[in-house]
Formats: sequence, structure tokens, C-alpha cells
Amino acid sequence: MSEKESLFSAKNRQLLLGPLSKDNPVLVQILGICSALAVTAKLEPAIVMALSVTAVTAFANVILSLLRNTIPTRIRIIVQLVVVAALVIVVDQILKAFSYEISKQLSVFVGLIITNCIIMGRIEAFALANRPWPSLLDGIGNGLGYGLILVIVAFFRELLGSGTLFGLQVIPQVLYDWGYRNNGLMILPPMALILVGIIIWVHRARNKDLIEK
Amino acid sequence: MNRQGNTYTFIYAVVLVVIVAAVLAVISLWLQPKQNENVENEKRRNILSAVKIEASSETSKELFDKYIVEQFVVDSKGEKRDGDAFRTDLAREFKKSDGERLLPVFVAQTENGLKYILPLYGTGLWGPIWGYLSLNEDKNTIYGAVFDHKGETPGLGAEITTLPFSGQFIGKTVFDNEQLISILIKKGGNASGPHEVDAISGGTITSQGVEKMIKNYLSCYESFLKQKE
Repeated sequence: MSEKESLFSAKNRQLLLGPLSKDNPVLVQILGICSALAVTAKLEPAIVMALSVTAVTAFANVILSLLRNTIPTRIRIIVQLVVVAALVIVVDQILKAFSYEISKQLSVFVGLIITNCIIMGRIEAFALANRPWPSLLDGIGNGLGYGLILVIVAFFRELLGSGTLFGLQVIPQVLYDWGYRNNGLMILPPMALILVGIIIWVHRARNKDLIEK
Repeated sequence: MNRQGNTYTFIYAVVLVVIVAAVLAVISLWLQPKQNENVENEKRRNILSAVKIEASSETSKELFDKYIVEQFVVDSKGEKRDGDAFRTDLAREFKKSDGERLLPVFVAQTENGLKYILPLYGTGLWGPIWGYLSLNEDKNTIYGAVFDHKGETPGLGAEITTLPFSGQFIGKTVFDNEQLISILIKKGGNASGPHEVDAISGGTITSQGVEKMIKNYLSCYESFLKQKE
């Protein structure tokens, strides 16, 4: 490329913002559902999970984009796995050191970030064919797109399931006195799947071009 | 150099793995002290909550030093042995036979008198469960109990950590006329009397694990508990 492209050209902006809506990894590509069900009973772990996944996708994309011309094709996937696994271990260690309570709540799901299809998907589909800067934007965009859904689902699950947000009571006691009850089903994973389904429904209703003919 | 050849591929893999291993080792060494501190603070918080003192990670060390006046290790004959009670690895002691275990005891001086805190360790449905039981100065009446687990089912077995379950133990007694009864965990809301509590619906195996764990450890501590000072 002879002409130098600006850092935030329309194309690059699309890489960052596209995954938040029309190209959302969870809503449109239906990737990363498992952890979206598991860690969204409360807002706080959901946000930490979202940030962890964003950090991993961003760094994995950049590192593999830098290495892309040196990687032998035959061990391509193994190289990707080594890099992603190392990044996930780093995230896990940092959480254990600086955010112990939340790392206990997230338990195995931090380790399972390795298996999150979004990460390997973005590396294969994007980072190995593009330069580091667009790869970074793509990684951040997809991580945030995943995180956005996590936060929306967690917001409703915590509000309706526990009557709290970030652990603080938001539904007033008066309502409970009148007979309002927390919905226990919201705490359980099946409800997260139903909520994701509802979000996909709303999302498609608003973006008609996503609907298959 | 041929980037698709065997030599290149082999060297590439080795170099990559060595670099990644080195980076991870450095990060692990750097964060280790902080992580150990978190684990120890959590242990202090658990021990304190067995005598109903709520501590946060920040205050746990200070409160622990304030309330825990004595800590020692006994064996199954009730005799004091050398050892650091706080650093005794319960998981490792659990694997030994009942008679050979080192049993840590923490003595707390609270507003309500002297309490003995006994650590417990056992197995639930999916993995290890553990807890702390605190007894009044009579070494018979339970003052408080706290349980924790590695991976019991959320909403079912994992409920052992909640107050509705652990709170039931308060005021129960473990001896009946010098005879060790322990605490029995009854299904179907049939618990009655000073030695019984209700099990968790849907968490039968975990509840049984708790019952077995308490019985097992109290029989280890029996000689110690029968010593009257």
C-alpha cells in the first residue's frame, strides 16, 4: 500500500464499531454463547469477564498479526493456541492477584476463555491476513461486542433475579411488601439463553437486512 | 530459509514455546506473593466468620491478630504437637489415616467468651468441601459454623455456604453424656433435638458429605474435646 491510511479511517472505524451491532459475534455469529450463559448472573463478574475477553482478543490479534508472515502453515493453529493460552493464563494470574473475589466467582470460566470461539475465529479470519493496527481494532471491537451482550444480559438477570445491581439493592423494599418476588429462574443459566434469544429477536427486528430470505 | 520445511517448523515451535514459558514463569513469580496473601486473607476471614466476626480482606489480618489469642496443633490423642496451625495443609492431612492427622486448633477470645475453632475437611458431590466449626468453652455447644466448597452445584449443594444452612448449627451440641454424637443432617425437614439439622433439598450428597466430614473430624478431635482444663 503506497498511500498511507489514517489511523481512524472509515474502514478502521468500521472494524471497531461493526462488531458492536451488525457484526456482533454473539448476536449475529452466535459465538461465545457458553460463557455468556455462565457468568451473567451478576453484573460485576460479567464486566470483568468482558474486559478479560477484550484484552485477550486484542493482544492475541496483535501478536499473531505481527507473527503472521513467520508462522509455518502446518502448525498455524497450534501457534495460535499457544499464544492465546499464554494470554489467558496471564489474565487469570492477574485476576487472582488483584481481584481475588471475582476470580473465585468466575472460577473455571477464565481458563475457558481459551475455548471461546470468538478469539480463534478472529485470529483465523482477520489477524493472519491483516496488519497489526487493524487487527488491534478488530480484536477490541469483537471483545467489546461480546462484552456488550454480557453486560445487557447480566443487567436484566441481576435486576430481576436478585433485585440488585452491582450487589446494591435497587428494587425498593415497598415492592416486596406488596408481594413482589425475585424471579429465581433468572439466576439459572437457561434464562440467560432465553434473554440472548430475546436480544437477537429485537436486534433482527431493528436490522431487517440480517434476516435470511 | 524455507518457511514450510521441517527444520524451520521445528525450530519455530521450540523457540515459541520457550519464550512463552519464560514469560509465564516471570509473571507467575511476580504475582505469587500477592496471590498467596489473598488466599491467606480468605482463610483468616473464614476462621473469623466461624466465630461470627465479619472481616474484609483488608481488615482480616488485623482482626485475626486481635481475636485469635492462641493457635496450636494437636494429634488424635489430644496431645499438643509441634507445628504451625495456620499453615497446616488440611488437604494433605486429610489423606492420612484418622489417627495420624495433625489437627489445628484456633482459640478465639470474643465478646461472648473463649471459643475453640476446629477446621474441617471432606468431600462433597463434585470435589472437596471444608469448613470451620467453633465450640463454646464447654467444648460441646456449637457457637458458629462456616462451610465452603470447590465446585458443588450452584443453588443446590453450594447452598452449604449460606446462612440458612450453616446458621442451623448454632446452639447444637456434639456430645450427649460424654458420648460423641456429632451432628446428624436429616432429610425432609425432620430435624429435631440438639444434635440434628435439616439437609438441603436437592443437595443430598453434599449434605451427607458435610455430616460425614463433621463426624470424621470430631472423632479425630474427641480426645482433645474431652480434656477439661
